[in-house]
Amino acid sequence: MQLNHTPGHIKHSGHNLTGFVIFLCSESIIFLAFFAGFTLFKLTSPEWLPPGVEGLEVRMPLINTVVLVSSSFVAYFAERYLHKGNLWGFRIVWFITMLMGAYFVYGQYVEWSSLEFGLGSGVFGGTFYLLTGFHGLHVITGIGLMGLMLYHSFRPGNYEKGDMGVTAVSLFWHFVDVIWIILFVLIYVWQRY
Amino acid sequence: MTSTKFDPRILKAPHPVPGAPDNWKRFFSFNTDAKVIGIQYIATSLLFLLVGGLLAMIVRGELITPPADLVDPTVYNGLYTMHGTVMLFLFLFPVLNGLNNLLIPTMIGAPDMAFPRLNAAAFWLVPVFAVLLMGSFFLPGGPAQAGWWSYPPISIQNPMGLFFNGEQLWLLAVALSGISSIFGAINFVTTIVRMRAPGMGFFKMPLYCWTAWGAQIIQLIGLPALTGGAIMLLFDLSFGTSFFRPEGGGDPVLYQHFFWFYSHPAVYVMVLPVFGIFSEVFTCYARKPLFGYKFVALASFGIVFLSLIVWVHHMFYTGTPNWMRILFMFTTMTIAVPTGVKVFAWVATLWGGKLRLTTPMLFCLGGLINFIFAGITGVMLGTVPIDIHVGNTYFVVAHFHYVIFNAIVLGVFAAVYHWFPKFTGHMYYEGLGKLHFALTFIGCTLNWLPLHWAGLLGMPRRVASYDPEFAIWNVIASIGAFMLGVAAIPFILNMVSSWARGPQSPPNPWGAIGLEWLLPSPPPAENFEDDVPTVINNPYGYGLGEPQVADEEYYIRRAQEA
Repeated sequence: MQLNHTPGHIKHSGHNLTGFVIFLCSESIIFLAFFAGFTLFKLTSPEWLPPGVEGLEVRMPLINTVVLVSSSFVAYFAERYLHKGNLWGFRIVWFITMLMGAYFVYGQYVEWSSLEFGLGSGVFGGTFYLLTGFHGLHVITGIGLMGLMLYHSFRPGNYEKGDMGVTAVSLFWHFVDVIWIILFVLIYVWQRY
Repeated sequence: MTSTKFDPRILKAPHPVPGAPDNWKRFFSFNTDAKVIGIQYIATSLLFLLVGGLLAMIVRGELITPPADLVDPTVYNGLYTMHGTVMLFLFLFPVLNGLNNLLIPTMIGAPDMAFPRLNAAAFWLVPVFAVLLMGSFFLPGGPAQAGWWSYPPISIQNPMGLFFNGEQLWLLAVALSGISSIFGAINFVTTIVRMRAPGMGFFKMPLYCWTAWGAQIIQLIGLPALTGGAIMLLFDLSFGTSFFRPEGGGDPVLYQHFFWFYSHPAVYVMVLPVFGIFSEVFTCYARKPLFGYKFVALASFGIVFLSLIVWVHHMFYTGTPNWMRILFMFTTMTIAVPTGVKVFAWVATLWGGKLRLTTPMLFCLGGLINFIFAGITGVMLGTVPIDIHVGNTYFVVAHFHYVIFNAIVLGVFAAVYHWFPKFTGHMYYEGLGKLHFALTFIGCTLNWLPLHWAGLLGMPRRVASYDPEFAIWNVIASIGAFMLGVAAIPFILNMVSSWARGPQSPPNPWGAIGLEWLLPSPPPAENFEDDVPTVINNPYGYGLGEPQVADEEYYIRRAQEA
């Protein structure tokens, strides 16, 4: 057995995905806590909507939902291109995913600026901005990470040790997507019933 | 695995990170070696044990007489809040993460943690939030005063109308501590799951790894819930939301759910590794195999599961409906089952053994006795009628400190002594160690045993002045607390002088079984490197003639030659 002592000869890359999945599971519990709080408030509050507020407009968020959910599939196709070795295909489709994410953030911004209630408008306003804001932060982080992956894809020899980073980021993107679906059902759909 | 090609010089090779210093300076740098990080964690946290202890002694000094005469009552509120916060977030969590860093990679034969840089980042967050937390003493309104649980509506008061008060700084520090703990937990779980030595199935793993694994899973599940609650509290305090303000439609009890969903299991995060320490130390110094290894291992996960469904027993007297009280009383009682499995296994391990009463063994025996006592008062507190009677009295304080100090901290001291020769390469002084144990054990008993009586008589907690009828219990308790302060002197003396000038330690001074004892003392930078032993047995084959690894003689010789 040859014991060569080269610096950093121990490969850690195989563990990265395990660690990232553990992180995502843990992160989902913060959302779970917020969802639980929201549900409890919604069920127990005698007056849910603050005075003068009719409810939330659904059309714009629905378009946003469609964009975000389909972007998850687009990200999947980008990954497929990468696995097939089509680097430019990956970059283009990956960039489209980023654009869809950016559109989602823009839609969120438009919605926020059109609302007539604020963070201080009772529990309704507080939970709305907390949930959508915290999720929005995750979307922005996801776009940032995708940008990083896109930048890395131009480095020569970037995928010699595998494409764990892209897998992790697209997992993160699916995670953000699933969270949004739950959030959409809780905040926008439930208000009708 | 041929022994002839092995070159012992390789074990003395310099640190694998290029440019990292190899002398004492490495403890003050961003070093990614788990053993350096472990010692960084332990040294930092022991420093904060002194800080937290000093705060506690001021509190006990105030309580030695019934009237509030030593410090102002608002200062007193800040003192016990900061005492609790420092002890939990700056002493116990970091010290256990330090032990994890030292023990997990060496015990499972991994060269390092799975994510060394994340590991270092997790450690360096500790000084950052330590500075924040200590800095809150210098804020105009003083530090946070709402107790370590920070319940609204007290915690969302801002009577002085400050732009930035101690509570906000406290929340920020706790959030950073949470990030550090999550980084650590991801690292420990990944390391245990993916980096075990060949042949080391889960049921051949040392119990310390089982318990640390369970504890870190609790961190991953519970901590985010507290983070969620803390974010909402910070919003209430800073941005005018009303999540926990009843006047705005909010619910202060919801915070208590978030808080206890994490903070009850947090006690198990601290006690589980100590259960692991008990299992390692008792078998080693009783020279007997661990009784019921598999059951003790599985009981750890029984505790993990149950710890997540008992939190409401902290809220029996905060408007909890009766059906919920009964339900959570029941789940709380069932926790005694896996814990009892462990306690009986240790007693059965000790039974008929030839005990060597070294310092770590004494600390573990003391810790076990105290833990049994704390468990009994715990079951008492878990029953609704008694809890409603003694809730918010010194009985709760006494029970809590019996668990946290008398059992957990004694176990931590045992671990520090037991593995001191391994990771510093020097023996400690047994006499000073035993003096430390005697002072600690007598001090902690004097400190918290009498407070049970004070609590049963109805002395409320978190007050600077009290009825003179409780004076006698408080005088005894304060004497005990000052004794614990004195106990720090032989400990510091022992650690510093042993590390500086103590006799050299052989690779296995205790004749213990375990992969870490097959390494030289102190272990080289990457432990076994590529030459990891193949595990064939669990590490508790004392007196059975069952070696833990194949080719054991080779590894023993290798460690001695290095």
